[in-house]
Amino acid sequence: MIVLVLGIFGAAAFIIPHPIVKGIDGTMRNDVLRIITAFSLVLGVGSIIQHHLIKVRRKAEHWPFSYVTLIALVASAIIGLFGGIDPASPGILPTHIGGFSFHMQTLYENVMVPLAATMFALLAFFMASAAYRAFRARNLEATLLLIAAFILMLGAVPLGRMLIRPLPDFAEWILTVPNTAAKRGIMFGIGLGSIATSLKIILGIERGWLGGGGK
Amino acid sequence: MSADPWTWIAAILTLAVFSFLYKENPFYRFAEHLFVGVANGYAITFYWHRVLVPSLINPVASGEKLWLIAVAVIGALYFTRFIPKISWLVRIPIAVMLGYFSGAYIPRAIDAQILQQLRATIVTRSMFGNWQFGLWAVIIALGVIATITYFFFSAEQKGILKPVSRIGIIFIMVGFGASFGYTVMARISLFIGRLQFLLGDWLGLIH
Repeated sequence: MIVLVLGIFGAAAFIIPHPIVKGIDGTMRNDVLRIITAFSLVLGVGSIIQHHLIKVRRKAEHWPFSYVTLIALVASAIIGLFGGIDPASPGILPTHIGGFSFHMQTLYENVMVPLAATMFALLAFFMASAAYRAFRARNLEATLLLIAAFILMLGAVPLGRMLIRPLPDFAEWILTVPNTAAKRGIMFGIGLGSIATSLKIILGIERGWLGGGGK
Repeated sequence: MSADPWTWIAAILTLAVFSFLYKENPFYRFAEHLFVGVANGYAITFYWHRVLVPSLINPVASGEKLWLIAVAVIGALYFTRFIPKISWLVRIPIAVMLGYFSGAYIPRAIDAQILQQLRATIVTRSMFGNWQFGLWAVIIALGVIATITYFFFSAEQKGILKPVSRIGIIFIMVGFGASFGYTVMARISLFIGRLQFLLGDWLGLIH
């Protein structure tokens, strides 16, 4: 019932330009859903804590590393919650010892950013090995994928222009013409599929989100 | 070489992650677990300071929007997920989110993903003001039709459908190739960034 009513309201608010409807819709988006979304973090963080506590309790494989996650999570949460997130407005917890800062922003810049960037950089190597397997031109489709990717990559670096002058323009053409056509066709499918799924959820035909019957 | 302890920490963590290229090892595992912990700690902090304090705590504390307490109660029902006897209550906040966003998505998807895309695909006479643009517009329109035909599974792909879907797969592969190329480029640029950090900011070998 909640899904049906809110689903109809969500769809209607986009179509009805009345100020009252727009006002309620704005409140829903800016207050109600924003707050509930923030609480939904409980599911993720709670699951991670539960998962690692179980690993520690059962002494599962690599269980000592679970302590790293748990300690890092609690420590960074305490620093962030009580030390503040903005260095300009510090919280009640001191986040400096002499010249050494352990403010949340410092942790973000020197732990999270390097780790995230390196994790994604690491993917370059695995993509290269995956590309080797995918790009062994065994048929027309694989050859086309290989050629398009190769032109795109070469066209984006100065070497491409040095070797073949019109290559960057050709790379641009691939992006704006055949790539657009393919993506647009796929987008139609995604759009229609998503609309059908949304309708199924609102009408109660799709109930997978309810889970396993309250067990 | 840098004298900043945080640069050293960032460099050691960077090397720990790159050590995975050799094989999975305790250094990588440590960095991986640390990342998960700090990222979640940061998410808690972010949502508290950037969402809950300005949107819930402050308006309620000032008595401006006391009705938000009811919203907070609905949100707090997420905690019941971890209390088996009343875990079914978690469906209420999920229903609110899912219901509203499913409904809100439908007209927006019809507009952005169907109508706007259709409008952009239709070939008009004005496009031939420049013959090149006209030709590209025709190719895009044919490509879109061919791509959709490839994903049309309601009828067996024979007769006219077969060659059209064959053209469709050609467009799809070129599109995937373009996406793949760009993704690899993005990852390589991140890798270069990490090398610049290690060799420049940390070791001071390059400027």
